[in-house]
Amino acid sequence: MMGNTLKPRKEMPLTPLSAPTFGSMGKTGSWRTFRPQVDYSKCTRCTICWIYCPDAAIKRREDDSPEIDYDYCKGCGICANECPVKAITMHREEQ
Amino acid sequence: MAQTIIDTANHIAGYAAKAARAKVVAVYPITPQTTVVEKIAEFVDSGKMDAEYICVESEHSAMVACIAAASAGVRTFTATSAHGLALMHEALHWAAGSRLPIVMVVVNRAMGAPWSIWPDFSDSLSQRDTGWIQFYCADNQEVFDTVIQAYKLCEDEQVFLPAMICLEGFILSHTYMPVKLPNQEEIDAFLPPYKSGWILDVNNPYSHSNLVSPEWYMEFRYMIHEAMENAKKLIPQIDKAYGKHFGFEYGGLIEKYKCDDADLVLLSMGTIGGEAKLTVEKLRKEGLKVGSARVRVFRPFPVEEIRKLAAETQMIATIDRHVSFGMEGFLATEVKASVFHEKDSPLVAGFVAGLGGRDVTAQTIEKIAEKSLKWLRMGKVEKETEWVDLRE
Repeated sequence: MMGNTLKPRKEMPLTPLSAPTFGSMGKTGSWRTFRPQVDYSKCTRCTICWIYCPDAAIKRREDDSPEIDYDYCKGCGICANECPVKAITMHREEQ
Repeated sequence: MAQTIIDTANHIAGYAAKAARAKVVAVYPITPQTTVVEKIAEFVDSGKMDAEYICVESEHSAMVACIAAASAGVRTFTATSAHGLALMHEALHWAAGSRLPIVMVVVNRAMGAPWSIWPDFSDSLSQRDTGWIQFYCADNQEVFDTVIQAYKLCEDEQVFLPAMICLEGFILSHTYMPVKLPNQEEIDAFLPPYKSGWILDVNNPYSHSNLVSPEWYMEFRYMIHEAMENAKKLIPQIDKAYGKHFGFEYGGLIEKYKCDDADLVLLSMGTIGGEAKLTVEKLRKEGLKVGSARVRVFRPFPVEEIRKLAAETQMIATIDRHVSFGMEGFLATEVKASVFHEKDSPLVAGFVAGLGGRDVTAQTIEKIAEKSLKWLRMGKVEKETEWVDLRE
């Protein structure tokens, strides 16, 4: 609700109000240094990566397999760490 | 029907929460506040009070539960004391910053170490800068009246801030006094249901008080400061209106007693202000022009009232049931800051007294007055901060 343009004080609400929006900070995937990659032949569809992703950047497909949203994945590596069958691996982003 | 009952300030605080129709009460018991929450539990359990009574695991949780309830547009009440209040400290900032009109009774108790269960203002005055309005009461009737007045004030859209109603442990909390309780219809007319500026609503979702960048933060803080200034204007108006309806009025921000022609004004907070009237009576009989003024609202601080007082008297002696180690009592500091730019500002002497529940009787206050008058005759305050009744 605050937006990016500064408002005069008299037009401000008493506290900052934030309506839910998609990616208000822009595409945070650009912050990523390491990129998670899913090996679907190893994936058991356990959905643990989907549960653990702190940025909700993993979508759960119809068949419970994960789909990483690279626009918002910051590359924290939690999914790779949690995957019980090591189906997710981290790879340095190319320059 | 209005009725007069004889009860303790703690029970009276419970009656006030009920009369104000607080809908969520989230509390954790602590000596000497416990009987406040026991009284409310009794009211809720017997169906006399329609409120959600939340037993929490700590004072921090009590305040956070109140914040959540107030954010959902509900009138909330809580009460605590000393270390419980200190544990709330972080959440107190959140309540004020989120502009939520939570009303809390603080039963003043000295902070440890060493452990003490007896009163002084070190607990509530440590919360001076949290953005909470602070009232200090001198008797049980004032406790009831101030709780009602506080909701009226805090829920005003010009204010939208929380308030703590402070009363000294045991001196008031466990002392029985007659109190007039107005009838419920009259209270309801004076204090209509709470209408919040915003509510958390799943059908219209948003969050408030989220992260703001430096371009925004200062303006939000300034708005809290502005709200405090608004409160300073509204408190005397609400006090007057309350007095008109219910017969009890407390001078708004500051209660003055025989200050008009006084050479010396004894300035204090809470019950010391009540006791000081006895000292004034005695000294007046001896022909000494002494008055008493009781700061009823410490935040916002009544700067203008203090200046008016300063212009009419030659000396102000502050009596603080508090000390800021390495400096003096807050009342002394604020008074000096208030009169600094005034022409012919009076002498100001600071007295620290009554820490950890040590008695401050009319005789104690008389000693303070005598020393102050001596310094006034000399035209010089010999000791900027005097600890009263301190053993060598």
